[in-house]
Order: sequence, then C-alpha cells, then structure tokens
Amino acid sequence: MRRVVWRVVWLVLWLAAAAPAGAVEPDEMLADPALEARARALSREIRCLVCQNQSIDDSAADLARDLRIVLRERLVAGDGDDEVRQYLVARYGEFVLLRPRLRPATYALWFGPPVLLVLGGLAFYLALRRRAAAPAPELTEAERRRLADLLGEGSGEPP
Amino acid sequence: MWLGRRLLYLVPATLFTVLVAAYLIPALDPRRDPSRVASALIDKPAPEFALAPLIEGEAGLATADLAGRVSLINFFASWCGPCRIEHPLLMRLAGEHGVTIFGIDYKDPPEAARRWLAQDGNPFARIGVDPTGRTAIDFGVYGVPETYVIDRSGRIRHRHVGPLDAATVEEVILPMLDRLRQ
Repeated sequence: MRRVVWRVVWLVLWLAAAAPAGAVEPDEMLADPALEARARALSREIRCLVCQNQSIDDSAADLARDLRIVLRERLVAGDGDDEVRQYLVARYGEFVLLRPRLRPATYALWFGPPVLLVLGGLAFYLALRRRAAAPAPELTEAERRRLADLLGEGSGEPP
Repeated sequence: MWLGRRLLYLVPATLFTVLVAAYLIPALDPRRDPSRVASALIDKPAPEFALAPLIEGEAGLATADLAGRVSLINFFASWCGPCRIEHPLLMRLAGEHGVTIFGIDYKDPPEAARRWLAQDGNPFARIGVDPTGRTAIDFGVYGVPETYVIDRSGRIRHRHVGPLDAATVEEVILPMLDRLRQ
C-alpha cells in the first residue's frame, strides 16, 4: 500500500513539473530559451480573437499561430514586453489583451470591487455599532417580578 | 426610523437595478454580436503595405493607391465560404454603383483565387496578395471577409466584419461613401 502511495506521489510530482503544453509548435519556438519563455508568458496574456476565450498560447487557430510568430519577431527585434503588447493593441484594440491594463478607462473595473467592499464593510460596521449602542428597554414592575420568579429568586410559584 | 435612513437602504437596490439594466438592455439587442471586435484603426491612416498583384501583368496594391479616392478594401480568400456569399453584392457595388473596390487575397494559393474570380467575376479594381497574412494583421483583420471603407486621405473610416449584406450596404456603406465623396 505504501509503495502505491509513493508511486502516486512520484507521478503527481512529475506531472506538476511538466510545463503547460499550449498550442506552440516546434517550428515557432525561438532558439533563445529566455526569449522563448518571455514569448510564452506574453502569449498567455493575448486573446485569440477567433475563439476569444483562449489565449494565443492555447489556441490552435491559424490567426493564433500567426500572432505567436509576430510576437516572437517583435521580441527578437528587441521590443520590451510593454512594446509588444502595444504593438498588438495598436492593431486589435484593448480587447486583444486578456488582462485589461490599468488606464483611466479601466479604473472602474479594477477599483470598483475593492471600493464597494470597503463601503459595504463600513456600512455593516456602522449598522452593527448602532444596534449595540441601543439600550435595553426598561422592565415594568410586573415584568421584573416575573423575571425574578423565572430565575428562582422569588416565591418560586410558577405563574 | 428617520425617513432618510429608510431611503439610504434603497441606494444599493437602485444601484443594482441600474447596473443590471445598463448591461441587459444593450446585451439583449438582437442586432448586437458581442463577438464582433471594433476596429482599433478607425479614423487612423491605413497601415503601410505594398503587395504583389494577383493577376500577372497588372499593378499590385499599395498604400499610395488609396490616396485621392474613396474606396473599399475587401479582404477575401477563395477558400472562404462567406466571401463567396457576399461576392454578388461586391459585383453590384462595383458595377452598378461604380464603387472602387480593392481586394486583398488573404493566405490563398494565387491560382485558386484567379480561378474563382475568372468563374464568378472580378469586382476588384486592383488585387494584392497577402500570402503570410502580415498585412491583414497590420489592419487588425481577424477573419475573412472583412471590408474597410477608406476615405480620400487614405484613412480608415469604417470596418465591416463578416460578409456584407444588402441591409448594411444600403444603410451604412453607400451613404458613407456618398458622404465621403462630398
């Protein structure tokens, strides 16, 4: 049993160590491994406009392949990561980026949820404090006697 | 309870309703196709390109050809079904309406394109071949067919993704071409 468990652990570790395959074909890959790693990382952020929910790294579409090649050409030409992104955005618009950039147009997208969370949390906290601060209502004479009875301090007779 | 406090509780509910409406009303419009990406090049000059001719002996197609006239650029391929469907419309635009249509043959064996146009007719004033699709990428093309409206200064004024249909031609393309010709 322990041998089986170890085998499974070993297998899982090997699988975890395998890099994600993507749709990149050998003839596209760059000779320089550092550049190729940057290309893969960038490709994962670029939307394949044919399938639209996949990155060009994942997509098997023709356009995805063309864009992967263009991206690698820009890297070989010496462009930085941001310049490569800008090259594609200039042609296809912001939608080509899977991760929206931080711009005035996307402030609402990026800051909206945390701001709403803080506002909601504040409202919740204030509401809680208001409730805690409200004093307990005064008991009438009859209610005080009944309380004493129930607590067993009075004559002990049930009402 | 203070009336103001009551109203305050309406704020999140109202905000939610407004946001849902702002999303749903355009989203449920049947004319909208969310997979259509807007061109990033509207009102910008057409990208630089110089393409070899499809038909031997003719001139190819380059950016310089766009200046001084109002034209359409149509990206097409012989292997593209929707291109064949829109073809009669292009023939009418070129023939009856006298529109200058430039064709860019996208990733297509030239012989196949020549054979198709010989069979079904050639609406194009000039045709350039884009064998690698690189010029198409410079235009922001993500599928064929796509049609671009180019003004007299060589700027892109409109893009239509997918095959042209009669309604779009009547309601969008022809009026735009008229306006640009003024």
